[in-house]
Amino acid sequence: MSDKSNLPAVSGDDDHGHGAVELSEPIADPGIEPHELRITDIDPKAADRAERQVATMFALAGLLSLGACVAYFAIPRDAIVEFGPLSGNANNMALGLCLGLALFLIGAGAIQWAKKLMVDTEIVELRHPAGSSPEQRADIIEGFQTGAAESGFGRRKLIRSSLIGAMALLGLPAIVLLRDLGPAPGRKLYNTIWAQGIRVVNDVTLRPIKPSDLVVGQLVNAAPANLAPIQEESAVEYQNEKAKAAVIVVRIAPNEIRTPAGRENWGVDGILCYSKICTHVGCPISLYEQTTHHVLCPCHQSTFDLADGAKVIFGPAARPLPQLPLAVDAEGYLVAQSGFTEPVGPSFWERG
Amino acid sequence: MATKELPPPVAWVDDRLGIAKLGKKNLRKVFPDHWSFMLGEIALYSFIILLLTGVFLTFWFKPSMAEIEYQGSYSLLKGLHMSEAYASTLDISFDVRGGLLMRQIHHWAAILFVASMMVHLLRIFFTGAFRKPRELNWVIGFGMLFLGIIEGFLGYGLPDDLLSGTGLRITQGMIQASPVIGTWLSFFIFGGEFPGDDMVSRFFTVHVLLIPGLILALVTAHLILVVYHKHTQYPGPGRTEKNVVGYPLMPVYMAKAGGFFFVVFGITALMGALLQINPVWLYGPYNPAEVTAGSQPDWYMGWLEGSVRLMPGFESEFWGVTLSWNLLIPALIVPPAFVTLVALYPFIEQWITGDKREHHLLDRPRNMPTRTGIGAAFITFYGLLWIGGGNDLIATHFGVSLNSVTWFLRFAVFFGPVLAFWVTRRIAISLQRADNDRLLHGLETGVIMRSPDGEYTERHAPISPYEAYELTARDRILPLEVGPETDENGVRAPRRGLTKFRAALSRFYFADSVQKPTAAEIEQAHAHGHGHDDHEELGHSGEVPGVTGTVETDDETAREQISKH
Repeated sequence: MSDKSNLPAVSGDDDHGHGAVELSEPIADPGIEPHELRITDIDPKAADRAERQVATMFALAGLLSLGACVAYFAIPRDAIVEFGPLSGNANNMALGLCLGLALFLIGAGAIQWAKKLMVDTEIVELRHPAGSSPEQRADIIEGFQTGAAESGFGRRKLIRSSLIGAMALLGLPAIVLLRDLGPAPGRKLYNTIWAQGIRVVNDVTLRPIKPSDLVVGQLVNAAPANLAPIQEESAVEYQNEKAKAAVIVVRIAPNEIRTPAGRENWGVDGILCYSKICTHVGCPISLYEQTTHHVLCPCHQSTFDLADGAKVIFGPAARPLPQLPLAVDAEGYLVAQSGFTEPVGPSFWERG
Repeated sequence: MATKELPPPVAWVDDRLGIAKLGKKNLRKVFPDHWSFMLGEIALYSFIILLLTGVFLTFWFKPSMAEIEYQGSYSLLKGLHMSEAYASTLDISFDVRGGLLMRQIHHWAAILFVASMMVHLLRIFFTGAFRKPRELNWVIGFGMLFLGIIEGFLGYGLPDDLLSGTGLRITQGMIQASPVIGTWLSFFIFGGEFPGDDMVSRFFTVHVLLIPGLILALVTAHLILVVYHKHTQYPGPGRTEKNVVGYPLMPVYMAKAGGFFFVVFGITALMGALLQINPVWLYGPYNPAEVTAGSQPDWYMGWLEGSVRLMPGFESEFWGVTLSWNLLIPALIVPPAFVTLVALYPFIEQWITGDKREHHLLDRPRNMPTRTGIGAAFITFYGLLWIGGGNDLIATHFGVSLNSVTWFLRFAVFFGPVLAFWVTRRIAISLQRADNDRLLHGLETGVIMRSPDGEYTERHAPISPYEAYELTARDRILPLEVGPETDENGVRAPRRGLTKFRAALSRFYFADSVQKPTAAEIEQAHAHGHGHDDHEELGHSGEVPGVTGTVETDDETAREQISKH
């Protein structure tokens, strides 16, 4: 990489024979294109102008950094700026604009400096093969063999085998130590807090629901009445149980319902209750189309027909939404006849 | 340089670290110049920006799922129960000055990080920069892309808002559906049932310590290898496999690359200032019974989302167990198979072409039509899955049926890549022919000449020797040969079937590729041109005997010519 290196590459350093060279290079390498002078190389005024440009960018960057500090203290943190329909936090915006422009101008100045004023003659550096030379390889082989022989690793089989065994067994505690990452699944995925006689309550107002509260076509997000008290004891348990027990209650005109065999008495006057947790990957399904009784999961668009046992109409889900058998208690409120008869939510291996 | 003493502080360091020896090699190290070499730089710089802004965020973020009542300054959520993680994210957004800016820069930089790695990977792919000796650096780079995507997804999950919780729920559902170990794995990762109260603190440690540490180690290895191998360069006059032509690190690249870091940082800061991203306060705290319609993950998860959305609902139940093909295939088989194929591509191509040489000159994509076609097929597959991840948005924005969009994509992911492959390959071959035309006949000037006989021809101007050299500075294409059935002793060659298969792949790989013209052909074409005042184009191919530049050279002829020379 001397200063004289801006010369055509020496031809003939190829290891092909002459014929092959001619064939592989039908046009001879003319060498690096001649260096073209920039306006800043020729005209000192242009060079001075470029210098001023760079210095202006750097100076502005400095001022903007100061501006960022001023903005930090001067602008209230809840001030809002508006541009027509758009609005934003004034403190955030002023700080970001000052900082962003300061950073940008430092970069732009440096690049301008490099492009206009720094020497721009291309230089050449030679490459070397990535691999080692045969001598170096021979050296390392010899060194390794000497080392191996001196250690006796190959010869003393007892040491070798016991060491390999010891190292392998060391992996066991490394794995075993992770055992307490989580409890055994047990029957947790099979059970929810729904049980016989648990009232169905609106999941926002927590009010129990009477059949007369629902008109045909209406869908209500609901929860078991015994969910809310759990929140007092443990927020975690509350979230975990909610993630399984959330249901939808829907009222469909009885003549439009096709009841799967064995579920004839699971509804109350066309009121049906299904798990809200998608059987695909567990998103809460939420988009209900009244006219078709279809409910759609917004995550992957699995579509279930609530009038037909919530069977899958479209999308990647494989199983219908589990149905909760409903009844009416003595006071006329909707209650569960029992818990779910199958696990809710996404599939799992042991589910069967 | 005249003999000169190092300044005392530098001499002090050199006495202990020998930095002069290191610097001598690297201070004036030459890097070639091309805009496409900046893509990897963007990835590196956005990673640094992520480290800087990330440290800032950790000062206020509380990675805890303990439930508290929000009492910060965002009045719409005041009094609501939420996790400390979500509340502290709100505090960063509303109560810490510059906090929202840093959060938004962090998120934009994360998006840019993955995007620039991916575009950088495409540049490496289409120019063949992954060839020997750089295969391992391709794998390292690929590892960073993979880690970067996981890192981004974990970061997206930390605020514990409704959107991120939905993303984690989907992930948990996929883990739970894995065969054999799914249930246990899910319980171990989430510390029990979903959502539990462990995930944010666990993901936080992985997000701020484990994965950044791994990426940092890989970045270091990646850069050391770039320095060791020296940068690849595009073919051109004076550029050979044995040199590198460009500008020195000191001062040109210190200024250009150093300046570019500030430019990238500046632009992400401006984005953080002006473009809102992930406004978690609008989503509310995570609630496992709620979801927003039109939920979308960050862009780089879109293709996985699409893969899951497009899969029909297949599931098998047998021997008392459940096998969820609807998740197994799109989440646990297709994506890993896809990324493994990409990661191993350098080795696959090398096996097919039988090319064991070192390459430092890059390929122009047109000169490797099959590779370019394969790249286009991969992009198409990825792109179609990505579109699938937004099938609901496409349906609502274009007023088409969601089901039709999904059904179309279910077929398109199979046919689209094949179509893209063939079209791209043909375009590349046409461009090769255009190059050869330019080389043999020169530039079309648009000047139409009429000869005394009344014949019309277009005048062609010769191209510069520099350009002519650039167009021919590529390898002559030679598919792998099967070799003789038996060696000289009559012993059958081993693994004959595999060799034949490999040779067939190699023929396919180079099929229809256009050879660059030989010196004789160029001479002939030029001599032919000199005969007239202007270059005759009409009826030309009939007049030149033998293989002409514009006609594809088949393997046979190429070999014949090589053996003749």
